[in-house]
Amino acid sequence: MTAEAEPPRSGSSAAPSSARRRLAVALQRRPRVRLGLLLAGPIGWLVIAYLGSLLILFLNAGWSRDPFTGLVKRDFTLNNFAELVTNPVYRTVTLRTIGMAVAVTVTCALLAFPIAYYMARVASPRLRGLLVIAVLMPLWSSYLIKAYSWRQILSGDGVLNWALAPLGLHGPGLDVVGLWLVLTYLWLPYMILPVYAGLERIPNSLLEASADLGGRGMFTFRRVVLPLVFPALVAGSIFTFSLTLGDYIAPSLITTTQFIGNVILANFGVPNLPLAATLSLVPLVVVTIYLLIARRLGAFEAL
Amino acid sequence: MGSRTGRILLRAATGAVLFFMYVPLALVVIYAFSDKGTSAWPPTSLSLKWVELAIANTGLRDAFLTSILVALGATVIALVLGSLAALAVARHQFFGREVVSFVVIFPIALPGIVTGMALSTTFATTGLPLGILAIIIGHATFCIVLVYNNVIARLRRTAASQEEASADLGAETWQTFRYITFPTIRSAILAGALLAFALSFDEVIVTIFVAGGVKTLPIWIFQSFRLANQVALVNVAGLVAILLSVAPVYLATRLTRDTGATGRT
Repeated sequence: MTAEAEPPRSGSSAAPSSARRRLAVALQRRPRVRLGLLLAGPIGWLVIAYLGSLLILFLNAGWSRDPFTGLVKRDFTLNNFAELVTNPVYRTVTLRTIGMAVAVTVTCALLAFPIAYYMARVASPRLRGLLVIAVLMPLWSSYLIKAYSWRQILSGDGVLNWALAPLGLHGPGLDVVGLWLVLTYLWLPYMILPVYAGLERIPNSLLEASADLGGRGMFTFRRVVLPLVFPALVAGSIFTFSLTLGDYIAPSLITTTQFIGNVILANFGVPNLPLAATLSLVPLVVVTIYLLIARRLGAFEAL
Repeated sequence: MGSRTGRILLRAATGAVLFFMYVPLALVVIYAFSDKGTSAWPPTSLSLKWVELAIANTGLRDAFLTSILVALGATVIALVLGSLAALAVARHQFFGREVVSFVVIFPIALPGIVTGMALSTTFATTGLPLGILAIIIGHATFCIVLVYNNVIARLRRTAASQEEASADLGAETWQTFRYITFPTIRSAILAGALLAFALSFDEVIVTIFVAGGVKTLPIWIFQSFRLANQVALVNVAGLVAILLSVAPVYLATRLTRDTGATGRT
């Protein structure tokens, strides 16, 4: 430690610093006050800016839009909820979005497992460090540009059709299957990282014990590795599921098919803000239920 | 999977997944320097034409500067609030501690569209104006968790006994923080701040809901998707966006090698 970092001697304190010192002593003696000062800012911010906003979102979901003036009428009504439940369009869109989220999650898990396993249990420590960075970089690269790059890849005269043409094949094109591919691409790193961390935590001794007791490779994998890494898989699935449910940009870039995010955006603002608010409760409720299930499966300890 | 074949298969699968992850990024680079203004493949020749056009484009430049400003604002707020929350949770026992960590993670665990709708509805209902301040508030809200996670990971790895020793030796609260706690968490705070900057610089899902006409770089890119013959220009802007989010994250990874808390939660 340098001389500069040496605490100043307390004897030399002048009047203002002795006031500060009294405050410091008071804080020292009252950890509750210190805690309160630490928490006031962050909790105040999150409660007002975030939970408060969610509350106003709930309120708006129960309001309505005056068809004549176009203004929001602040009287409580269940009309939006009735519309949400009875209009078959919203049901179809909701089920389609959840189906996409499940498909993307399963594909991400299948693709993430081998690379995560290689990183955690085969690669040398040096290679492991490089691979972690190699997975992190695409995760943090501009989301919008990654989606746009896929639009270019999948388009009629794009690189995928060009590469497949000699084989007499063509790509999935700009449609739902293409979107499934794109969303899998976008969220894959979010699955790889927790699964890698989960696999890395498994002690070698457990695998050796299984082998000593006669467990073959696949048996050990099914009965030892999979149960231990399952919470990490669920942790990764929180991202793939939640991100798919809340996305409206990739769907609008890749397909003309409507997903819940597109429907919310279409009603947002002038068209019908209260209805958009009601619709946005759908991903909110679905993800909250998913989070509660994930918590029961131990995913939060694996994050 | 100790067998040789298993190992070879794993290596092949790893290579394939990495190829899958990097091809779209490589294409952005190629398109940015492609002579054609369309996405038709293959490009005929390379050129710096689009880079020059991008530099000369005032709309693009303004959007870029707006994004820097927003990211700096959101980062400063997230840095202060995230560090305070981490210090409170890591170094104190209190009722509702679990709730605090849950509330911090909440804004990023929920789908972005919910956050965007909640914020924009609030601004519309209270009559507050949308715009740069609204974007900064929105971004700061979900960036707090990045600083919080990095700092709390560092605090959990360092024993509180050093701080207790400092107090026993007569240091007051502020001195202990300044000479013991802060030097310990300094690089973790910086790493968290870099991640917050990268996330904010990149964010578009929430931003669209609260921007109210202000154009950040991602919004500029999003709106240019629809313009014909701007493909290469968009790719140049995209290249800048990728570099400006990847570089901070790379630095953050170097700063937190011990804890590795560079995921998004």
